[in-house]
Amino acid sequence: MALAEPGLEAATAELLFALADDDFVLGFADSEWTGIAPHLEEDVAMSSLAQDEIGHAAAYYGLLAALTAGDPDQIAYDRPAEAFRHARLVDHGRGDWARTMARRWLYDTANAVRLEALAGSSCGPLADLVLKVRREETYHLLHGEAWLERLARAGGESRRRLIDALELVGPDAPSVLAPLPSESALVGAGIQPVAGAELRKRWSGRIDPVLDRLGLALPAAAAAALDPLTARSGHGPAFAGLWTEFESVRGLDREATW
Amino acid sequence: MISSSPAREAAGSDVLDWVQAILAGIVDPEIPAISIVDLGIVGGVTLAGGTLAVEILPTFIGCPALDLIRATIAERLAPLRENVTTRVERVTVTISYAEPWTAARITERGRTALTASGFAPAQREHESLPGLVNLVARATCPYCGSRRTVVENAFGPTRCRSIHYCTDCRQPFEQFKEG
Repeated sequence: MALAEPGLEAATAELLFALADDDFVLGFADSEWTGIAPHLEEDVAMSSLAQDEIGHAAAYYGLLAALTAGDPDQIAYDRPAEAFRHARLVDHGRGDWARTMARRWLYDTANAVRLEALAGSSCGPLADLVLKVRREETYHLLHGEAWLERLARAGGESRRRLIDALELVGPDAPSVLAPLPSESALVGAGIQPVAGAELRKRWSGRIDPVLDRLGLALPAAAAAALDPLTARSGHGPAFAGLWTEFESVRGLDREATW
Repeated sequence: MISSSPAREAAGSDVLDWVQAILAGIVDPEIPAISIVDLGIVGGVTLAGGTLAVEILPTFIGCPALDLIRATIAERLAPLRENVTTRVERVTVTISYAEPWTAARITERGRTALTASGFAPAQREHESLPGLVNLVARATCPYCGSRRTVVENAFGPTRCRSIHYCTDCRQPFEQFKEG
């Protein structure tokens, strides 16, 4: 499987790590709701969403493994925390239900814009996978928007918590679409056909009308969320805890076969 | 040499027919009423240079049954290697996304089997809105055939199933999702 032309392996890997780590970290954070979501149906829904994200991450790690002749499980579980390249948006830890829903909606909408562009990637195996991922993400988009609307329109504590959540994670939301350090090479080769700045414009075009309709606003982007050098590094204490948790079982015996 | 193996008749170009027959006998581990062939998750099956290659198209990427399905296929096809007439030296089972699985891949026999087991088969593909048709269109109750049904949860007991309720016969039921 020719995943990258000579000279473009590192840039392609950078893109795949961003896609994979976003879904992996978000999936693990969301899986913490299993058993304690607000009601049973939502418990099932959140578990499914988390399962999807881990599944998507596993598929991206599979492409990385093919690219580097490595092993997907090693790539996922045997990396130090600081080597993860997930966006700042998904670095905040689970928080309350409003934070989880605000983060899900912001992530799903940004991810949808990113995946739409990647469906036209010159990297064939990635474009194929993205086609399937996008179909599954349709359910995520519906779920996220329904909850955003529900919390926003409920007023009282629900709305207040949602606004608090948007204040907290909102400044980091554009980090999902921040340019990668290798963006010019990726765009030049058509691996990532659309640059981050254009993706963010398209994303705003999607979410601004929804926010307006609900009388909500997204705080200005944090400078760190737009800088290629900080949008996906310098993780906080919440991720350190999550990393310790998800790495712990494999850490018991790295040679074990499951 | 006398052999009681069915491979005696499955030599040469018939090998792939034999493979298809074996695959048609493997059921979905989560819904044993339907075979993996009728479910439409078997993609390309090729035999070249001694390698029998089977592609699996997952209904959902994170499906936890995939490893079991792959292992079962490899196990059931292994006997082909022992029969020299098949010219199969190795069997590979890989997951492919080159052609995404959709509910349109479920055969008519598969749809009938799903309905008989209390599942509403996924409705036909809505090209511009992948996945949405399940939630927008009303599922048909597999028990009484009514269209007066509501979505209880887009996320069911497995990733490929959603939960619905029939307001006529008052039965909850599941639908196989669009994928």
